[in-house]
Amino acid sequence: MSKIPLSALIGLIITGTYFLGAIFAGVIAPYGMAEVVGDVWEPSSPEHWLGTDQIGRDLLTRIIYGGQTTIFIATAATILSFTTGSVLGFLAAVFGGWIDQVMSRLVDLFMSIPSLILALVILSSIEATVLTLIVIMGLLDSTRVYRLARAVAVDISVMDYVEAARLRGEKFGWIIFREILPNALSPLVAEMGLRFIFMVLFISTLSFLGIGVQPPLADWGGIVKENKDGINFGIGAALYPAIAIATLAISVNLVADWILNRTTSLKGGRG
Amino acid sequence: MSQPLVDIRNLKIGATVYPPGENPKKIEIVHGVSFTLEKGKVLGLIGESGAGKSTIGLATLGYGRGGVELTGGEVHVNGRDILAMSDRDLRKLRGPEVTYVAQSAAASFNPAKQIMEQVTEAAIKHKLCSKSEAEARAVELFRKLGLPNPETFGSRYPHQVSGGQLQRAMTALALCPQPDLVVFDEPTTALDVTTQIDVLKAIKDAIRDTGVAALYITHDLAVVAQVSDEIMVLRHGNMVEHGTTDQIINHPREEYTQALVSVRSIEHEEKAPTPEPVLKVEQITARYKGLNFDVLKDVNVELHPGQTLAVVGESGSGKSTLARVITGLLPPREGKINFAGRSLSSDFKGRTREDLRELQMIYQMADVAMNPRQTVGTIIGRPLEFYFGLKGAEKQKRIVELLDEIEMGEKFIDRYPAELSGGQKQRVCIARALAAKPKMIICDEVTSALDPLVADGILKLLLELQKIEDVAYLFITHDLATVRAIADSIAVMYQGEVVRYGPKSQVLAPPFDDYTDLLLSSVPEMKLGWLEDVIAHRKMESAGN
Repeated sequence: MSKIPLSALIGLIITGTYFLGAIFAGVIAPYGMAEVVGDVWEPSSPEHWLGTDQIGRDLLTRIIYGGQTTIFIATAATILSFTTGSVLGFLAAVFGGWIDQVMSRLVDLFMSIPSLILALVILSSIEATVLTLIVIMGLLDSTRVYRLARAVAVDISVMDYVEAARLRGEKFGWIIFREILPNALSPLVAEMGLRFIFMVLFISTLSFLGIGVQPPLADWGGIVKENKDGINFGIGAALYPAIAIATLAISVNLVADWILNRTTSLKGGRG
Repeated sequence: MSQPLVDIRNLKIGATVYPPGENPKKIEIVHGVSFTLEKGKVLGLIGESGAGKSTIGLATLGYGRGGVELTGGEVHVNGRDILAMSDRDLRKLRGPEVTYVAQSAAASFNPAKQIMEQVTEAAIKHKLCSKSEAEARAVELFRKLGLPNPETFGSRYPHQVSGGQLQRAMTALALCPQPDLVVFDEPTTALDVTTQIDVLKAIKDAIRDTGVAALYITHDLAVVAQVSDEIMVLRHGNMVEHGTTDQIINHPREEYTQALVSVRSIEHEEKAPTPEPVLKVEQITARYKGLNFDVLKDVNVELHPGQTLAVVGESGSGKSTLARVITGLLPPREGKINFAGRSLSSDFKGRTREDLRELQMIYQMADVAMNPRQTVGTIIGRPLEFYFGLKGAEKQKRIVELLDEIEMGEKFIDRYPAELSGGQKQRVCIARALAAKPKMIICDEVTSALDPLVADGILKLLLELQKIEDVAYLFITHDLATVRAIADSIAVMYQGEVVRYGPKSQVLAPPFDDYTDLLLSSVPEMKLGWLEDVIAHRKMESAGN
């Protein structure tokens, strides 16, 4: 931990700011989330730093609350996707045989359908609430995590120390959580950063298409959608949430890269 | 005498290391080594891993591998200081003047090109001779090195020839540009003993016939004694002793050299068989999934309590497969295993916890036999907790006892495997096996990845522990010197069959069958002229040819 490279430091600061903003949205937002406080598409002013949106709500407030929604959904979906994906992946690697075959082919089947299209189909038949969004995104993405977790765990499960544990008579719980997981953690954590970014982009896409987060709740993708017509009149309101999405994605990526670098160079050591 | 071929003066070599979680730092790995080598002479460089011997060898090519830098001193080859040369001039030196033979020929040849193309490449690229001349030279070298069908050998691809042949092809590759100096870097270490002896003879003859000078790098003093005129002993990047081969082998001056010469001189009194064997392997026949031949054929062996059964053989003889069958990792097709008076399930999943506890295993590579993310305390403590339900202070006390037994002590309890040396890692693995209070331990090549002196320490420890704990060892090894040191009975394996089996005194006494004779005679002995003696007297050619 002696030295954090500049790029990772920048990434950490920006990511940290966004997360803090999301957590304390209610405290730092200058106005209420759905409060109409001005005219339509007002330019930035001391009262409204980023101006107002298409029905006169404070844009900064909307982005702060939107960030809360986006980050919350993305985080929850990532956690869901990682728990399911890695547990199933480890199980497949440790059991092998037909269990592995059935699970892997099923995952292949799901991965062969583009996840955006699959999500569109599912969301057109059920109501899009925050909970259903998280579950759908989390489960669809868990197929990717499953592939990675299985690949990593297959490599680890042929190591002599895992064989030694099996020969000792250890149960699967110990083998998965005590022998394999600690050694698989570094690539998984690095991947987690990347998957989080994909989640942010995914929820933004869904909201932009109108089947994600429903009004009056807003997320960044939704705010872009609401304000996109302003671009025709030379009004940049839609750019601010877009910039927020881009900077969050890049900063998380910088951190994930750094973690990956730190942990892949170790030679049998601890990261 | 005119100027020497190689003149190394006060050579210093540094490297950059990257400790996990810390900043990279520079360390010195060779601290001022000097020697000269005359034309046509062979100098053996010997030392354990980390002694700097390979690094010094590569320095004569003006090359530092993987972050290694030549930081000081002078290396003169043919009167020129090559450390002052440009990369371009160095390339002209490598090939025509100095060449290199690597440890693993299999990893060094390009699998996609024919051997001939690779052997003649240096001579042709450096415009030393025409293509047809180079090929004629190569064929001549193949013949000298005793390769089969020298005319057509070059048209084969590397995977189509055996390991011993490939190592000789690499020697041909090094000799083809007719250099003044060849650096041999552990050329026989990866080979079986019976193959090693032929490769060694071929290399020795080729050196004599071509009059080339050589640096012969190895960790095996007995091997280097057969080929070199002079020997230099290195340790931790310093020269320990430098002298003629005769002086080093017969009258070593330094304490460290004496230890190297007298290594493997452990004496072990053979114990008589008991009426009740702890392990009885009956008519085991086994094959791997997807193979259409048996890797083990009708194997019968017994192991008596508190004794050691050594299973010896070359790679591919089925000795490690036997261990997998006994541990239940590979259920046999036929036969049964009796352990401590009861019949063992052929699959380890069907065995009771008691069965598993009483039969422990120690692996060849201690590095990968321990979870890198568990401390020594966790590694040794887990069997205590798992088999005996020990917890807290009681467990701690037993861990410390075990650490004392393996002569390491309490201070290692919170260390991670990456913070241990090779020998210490293997000791921790031994402690983990002992923690289960087993009746029997399978030791699969436990000393072959270690330096001779360290391996000696491990063998002594194992013998000592056998006395205290009354545990039986099934000791799998390819090294007959190890067998002599520790076995009570011996099973010699060849192509999946036990060809000779009995108490040590019987197995190692004549009359021998042909294979045992070959195996026994191939173990290098610490004496001059041994190689020629053996080649002249043996009855059977090794399979690696």
